[in-house]
Amino acid sequence: MLNRRSLMAALAAGTLLATSSLAMAQDKMYIPLVSKGFQHQFWQAVKAGADKAAAEFGVDVTFEGPDTEAQVDKQMDMLAAALAKKPAAIGFAALDSQAATPLLKQAQDAGIPVIAFDSGVDSDIPATTVTTDNLAAAGMAADKMAELIGGAGKVALVVHDQTSRTGIDRRDGFVNRMKEGHPDIEIVDIQYGAGDQLQSTEITKAILTANPDLKGIFGANEGSAIGVLNAIKETGTTGVVVIGYDSGAAQKEAIRSGAMAGAITQNPVGIGYETVKAAIAATKGETLPKTIDSGFKWYDKTNIDDPEVAAVLYD
Amino acid sequence: MTATPVAAKPRAIASGAQQKLLAFASLIALLVFFSLASPNFLQTANILAILQATSVNGVLAIAATLVIITGGIDLSVGTLMTFTAVIAGVVLTFWGLPMPLGVIAAIAAGTACGFISGSLVARMKIPPFIATLGMMLILKGLSLVISGTKPIYFNDTPSFPLISTGSLIGSIFPAVPVPNGVLILFLLALAISWMLNRTTLGRYCFALGSNEEAVRLSGVNADGWKVAIYALAGGICGIAGLLIASRLNSAQPALGQGYELDAIAAVVIGGTSLAGGRGSILGTIIGALIMGVLLNGLRIMSVAQEWQTVVTGAIIIFAVYADMLRRRRAG
Repeated sequence: MLNRRSLMAALAAGTLLATSSLAMAQDKMYIPLVSKGFQHQFWQAVKAGADKAAAEFGVDVTFEGPDTEAQVDKQMDMLAAALAKKPAAIGFAALDSQAATPLLKQAQDAGIPVIAFDSGVDSDIPATTVTTDNLAAAGMAADKMAELIGGAGKVALVVHDQTSRTGIDRRDGFVNRMKEGHPDIEIVDIQYGAGDQLQSTEITKAILTANPDLKGIFGANEGSAIGVLNAIKETGTTGVVVIGYDSGAAQKEAIRSGAMAGAITQNPVGIGYETVKAAIAATKGETLPKTIDSGFKWYDKTNIDDPEVAAVLYD
Repeated sequence: MTATPVAAKPRAIASGAQQKLLAFASLIALLVFFSLASPNFLQTANILAILQATSVNGVLAIAATLVIITGGIDLSVGTLMTFTAVIAGVVLTFWGLPMPLGVIAAIAAGTACGFISGSLVARMKIPPFIATLGMMLILKGLSLVISGTKPIYFNDTPSFPLISTGSLIGSIFPAVPVPNGVLILFLLALAISWMLNRTTLGRYCFALGSNEEAVRLSGVNADGWKVAIYALAGGICGIAGLLIASRLNSAQPALGQGYELDAIAAVVIGGTSLAGGRGSILGTIIGALIMGVLLNGLRIMSVAQEWQTVVTGAIIIFAVYADMLRRRRAG
């Protein structure tokens, strides 16, 4: 029994340490964020943004997410525990909006505002959704492309799919911006490669063969962009400007080596920051827009190591 | 020769009782501790949330207990749960059949898979670790194939979510709306506990774990009984599949891997020996509750997620070590 007792003592001591810091902050506003993930660099960046906002506005924030995006039930347990703590507001990125509906109703009944973030929640309960404005971000990619190829010539797109929200928005954002702002640039082809590197490689090879005078290619997500890079390498093509999306070790390396001109990165730090900021506003009864753009950034060889940019990139 | 397994049984029960007491005391200690640490812990809604969170792991742990008592291990319980949930989805949503058929199909699919695992172990003599590891991957893959890698929703069967989230108890005593999933867990625990202690199947379950050779030499169809136990465990995984699908109103095909370890942890904390021949359902339920309470309590106390994992791991090691020390002294 001695061992059991010392175990309990150790546990008690450890947790007392944790409570003492909690007790000091008791009257601060408490906002838990229940995310789609935790370990991935992207989510750690979201957490960093939330922590930054917490320090700035003097609120308490916790950040939790399941080990994989399949563990819908574990996310429900996290949400239930978060609600039990009677938070001022709650940030939530649903793995499965339907499964979360009963708990979100519970939050609504308890008068706890819900702020959706990242891909959001498919429901009208959230006060607002903090997410990347993919239309605007892809528009920026179009402007950069136009600048890099001298405002005229043929370009193509390799997109991950034509059904998901991000696929549609990134394609349309790029295409529309070209039509409106850069009439001398012709979009010769838009192909879909499911975000699969190999499939995107084959697609890009076909595009390159069909259009020997191609000036540039936009890869609309990480897998598409890497596929484009692979194809250019395999065919030995030169003089084609490649623009990517998001980060990851391969894209960062390609930008450093000059194989890729640059890429758009979403701002996970901004997603975390804006979610907490919106949550505080919601507790004060302020009206919030339907969506809040968490921002995005263009990065290339010149600014990839700037602390501000490096902070939102992941490997 | 029959003397060996039969003699092993009373001792197993006696030492089991002490371990249960120990585990129960730890559970109470955790409850008291977290109640003192946070006023939000001991609230009806939170206690119900803990029970709800424990129900699926508890049912899986019951299945794992049976196999572990025979001296085996079942790594496929998590993905088998998912597989049966997908089967329920196929029957109810793809085929549009009435709910009882979906329930039967899930449990039957679980039993059939358990039968296969049991046959691999008992008849083909493949080590349980390998046989059920293989089944774990096969079932994970099949769940993805059958569902088309997408969740199957039960929107056409509006009463389906009630299996887990409805509350029979709440309709009688509105103050304590204990979810049906929790009720099912406790009823199942009672039934399996009775089976282990009062039936031939239960006796052979312990006997196989303490001395399989003796069982065999006494002319008992050891392989047959072992297959039966794996099949029963599989059927119980089918119940877990129904509970999780009902709670999420969907069969999530990618979920399940890793859940076997939570279940095994609950079994071990509850004092069931991984060497076989010793264990109890009550201990397993307490083990599952300890894990549920611990995780919820740490969350309520806003302990960082990294540290929650560390503490859970430490508790598992301590629980087993304390049990070993106690038994060394007793023996």
